[in-house]
Amino acid sequence: MKISRRTALQGTAGALALGMSGFNFDFTKANAQAPNVKRGGTLNFAISAETPHYDPTGSDTYAALHFAAPFYSTLLRFDLKKFPGLEGDLAASWTVAPDLMTYTFKLTPDVKFHDGQSLTSADVKASYDRMRNPPAGVVSTRQATFADIGEIETPDPLTVIFKMKNVNASMLEHFASPWNVIYAAKDITENPTGPRTKINGTGPFTFVEHVKGSHVAGKKNDAYFKKGFPYLDGFKGIFTLQAAAMLNAVQGGQVLAEFRGISPAERDRLVQTMGDKIRIEEDSWTLNLLVCFNVDKKPFDDVRVRKALLLAIDRWGGSNGLSKISTLRSVGGVIRPGSPFATPEAELVKLPGFSKDIKASREEAKKLLKEAGQENLKFVLWNRNLAMPYTPAGVFLVDQWRQIGVEVEHKQSDTGPYLATMNAGNHDVAIDFSNLFMDDSSLGLAKYLSLSRAPENRSRSKDEQLDKIFDEHLRERDPEKRKALIRAFEKRVFEQAYQQPLLWWHRIVPTHKTLMGWPMSPSHNLGQQLEAVWLNT
Amino acid sequence: MTIADPTLPVAPVAAKPARQPNQFIEFCRQQPLGAVSFVVIFLMMFAGIFSPWVAPYDPLNIDFASLLAPPSADHWCGTDAYGRDICSRLIYGARTALVIGFTSSFVGSSLGAILGIASAYFGGKIDDWIQRFVDILLAFPLIVLALVVVAAFRKFSVGGVDVNLIVAIAIPIIPRVARVVRAAALSVRVAPYIDAARAAGYSHTRIIFRHMAPNVVAPYLIMLTAFIAQAILAEASLSFLGLGVTEPTAAWGLMLSGNAADFYRQAPWMILFPGIAISLAVFAFNLFGDSLRDFLDPRFKV
Repeated sequence: MKISRRTALQGTAGALALGMSGFNFDFTKANAQAPNVKRGGTLNFAISAETPHYDPTGSDTYAALHFAAPFYSTLLRFDLKKFPGLEGDLAASWTVAPDLMTYTFKLTPDVKFHDGQSLTSADVKASYDRMRNPPAGVVSTRQATFADIGEIETPDPLTVIFKMKNVNASMLEHFASPWNVIYAAKDITENPTGPRTKINGTGPFTFVEHVKGSHVAGKKNDAYFKKGFPYLDGFKGIFTLQAAAMLNAVQGGQVLAEFRGISPAERDRLVQTMGDKIRIEEDSWTLNLLVCFNVDKKPFDDVRVRKALLLAIDRWGGSNGLSKISTLRSVGGVIRPGSPFATPEAELVKLPGFSKDIKASREEAKKLLKEAGQENLKFVLWNRNLAMPYTPAGVFLVDQWRQIGVEVEHKQSDTGPYLATMNAGNHDVAIDFSNLFMDDSSLGLAKYLSLSRAPENRSRSKDEQLDKIFDEHLRERDPEKRKALIRAFEKRVFEQAYQQPLLWWHRIVPTHKTLMGWPMSPSHNLGQQLEAVWLNT
Repeated sequence: MTIADPTLPVAPVAAKPARQPNQFIEFCRQQPLGAVSFVVIFLMMFAGIFSPWVAPYDPLNIDFASLLAPPSADHWCGTDAYGRDICSRLIYGARTALVIGFTSSFVGSSLGAILGIASAYFGGKIDDWIQRFVDILLAFPLIVLALVVVAAFRKFSVGGVDVNLIVAIAIPIIPRVARVVRAAALSVRVAPYIDAARAAGYSHTRIIFRHMAPNVVAPYLIMLTAFIAQAILAEASLSFLGLGVTEPTAAWGLMLSGNAADFYRQAPWMILFPGIAISLAVFAFNLFGDSLRDFLDPRFKV
């Protein structure tokens, strides 16, 4: 599925226009079931990483979402047949005030949590309050996103009104974020950290078990509020941390899909061995790997050192080579290349770290290191031990930095310790990721905000100038002016070299042809509730 | 031509002491396969120690223009998915195999030997406790125990060498060596010179290290050599499973895993040469260990 620049612009403009005119639409009729659907069966699919906890609002890894999304619901969600269009999930309808300062949601009645509690507007309010003002002990990686919400009102059990402090032109899309799952108010009031270890949602499947190192299982929620769904009796997400094991499982039919994405070589192997039994879908991916310097640690508090290390990376050559062996492909700035607000190549090559003259860049890098007194720099590169594409990225970076005389020790770790180390600021330099679910600048830029506003900023930088540009861009409704602010933000980020995208990913998803109703999209975070998936066996 | 006159008096000749045969030459003569395996080990050690001079390319150097190139005059063993020279990575990989293999075998065998001698020397309840502990450890296959240990401890390296990996491989070696050395030490323990040392009031430590340990060197050396092969194999297995050394370090087991699994159909040399290197090294160390045992054990000389 390709989203052209024009389609995306039209979609954004359309959504904005509809919002401003006070759009109101009943989506309950839109949940029409597919004809000739076969019900029943258990879907086994592969998850290439195991989540350290169950709380999507405190996570930014797909490992948490592929695990937990089938158990939960959100207010809105993306309509993947019309991406980036929106549809209601818990919200039966909604209106947006013309000044974008008030968002009113009418909830679907008779929605029950898995433990039997009825869902009310108080649950939505409590969940969003927990995200924007997390209590002690709760990590919310969505704090910056919802900082513009002033008040949340609940005039009746089925109405939630979000009153904004400031205009945020992307707010409606944020209500469709797959991470913003709704918890029961009672649960999170009694134990704010409870969702990390206990699941109680309103989603199409109820939690059965999590066997560490093996799988997560769910069974059909008979009380699911979308009548007739889900089609499956249950699902099992099997942790296949080794790519070879995952491929063998797909090939042998033990799992019917790997929804995150595989490498070109893995795709070729599956096509070769499985022929017409396998379906391969490809798309560009709203995901990039970042080179991230911990500015709290010496010598990475020195902008010259950071900049030198970024200048040494031949992204264009790397893109050419790595795209043949990994899911890494496109060179881009803070916004996905090819999307409406992305920096065009002609402008990108003028930014530090993106020049096509790698020889000159490396000379400059050596000069900067000499100036900083770091000619014999040695450090540890902290990385995730997911083979695709973290290992190729690590191998590539070690090679690039050796070419300016820098000695790097490459350390890889499981998802849990990998994130914990970065979140605690114990890394020197890390390969981090920016995991987006749409091409929205407020999402793409949020990771670069000061640490106090964005806990997911693992460079731990504090930059008021960046925060100011970001806030200005959020209020700006004129697309051209907004674009100019994004460029200014990007320039500042790269000049200060706190962190920088290495390469953007390319998504290749294999599914057995017996698996039906799963929608492909440019984000592996979307479409994982699985309620419309069925097995044609 | 001069002819010796038998009537002339002959100067008395001093009797020459009987010449001791050179142990190394004797080993080569008696154990030709052992000698061949020694040559292989020597070459491996030479390649490992002098790899910067022997290897034709930098093993970490990525060359995207030569991705998956087949064996040729430029790249004798071809290149991998990053365009790195496989021959150079094999040569550097010998260093990794030897450092981890030798160190873990030395540490494991030495600790095992001390435990075995102490167990035999003290006897009684101490012997019972040590042997039950050894039984528990022996219940786990070497690679399984190594997996448990490597998974239980966080990665820790000194000077680029994975210490946790060495510990993980050394621990399963300890009980195996302890059991064998204890058997040898039991016969030494009842020797009169040990009784004499006790009577002279020497400390336990002195008796164990100065009087018993030198007399169990032969089984210790044999076990040490044999376990180098096991340790190399364990290192390769752990790296293959993603629990050993990390990319881009040149290591044989690692060369078999990662993207080798993706590309082995397209580029079989990616798995062929590291596979040969591992097999050859393990075969050589095993054969050398066996030959050393045959050579040192007096029973085989009868």
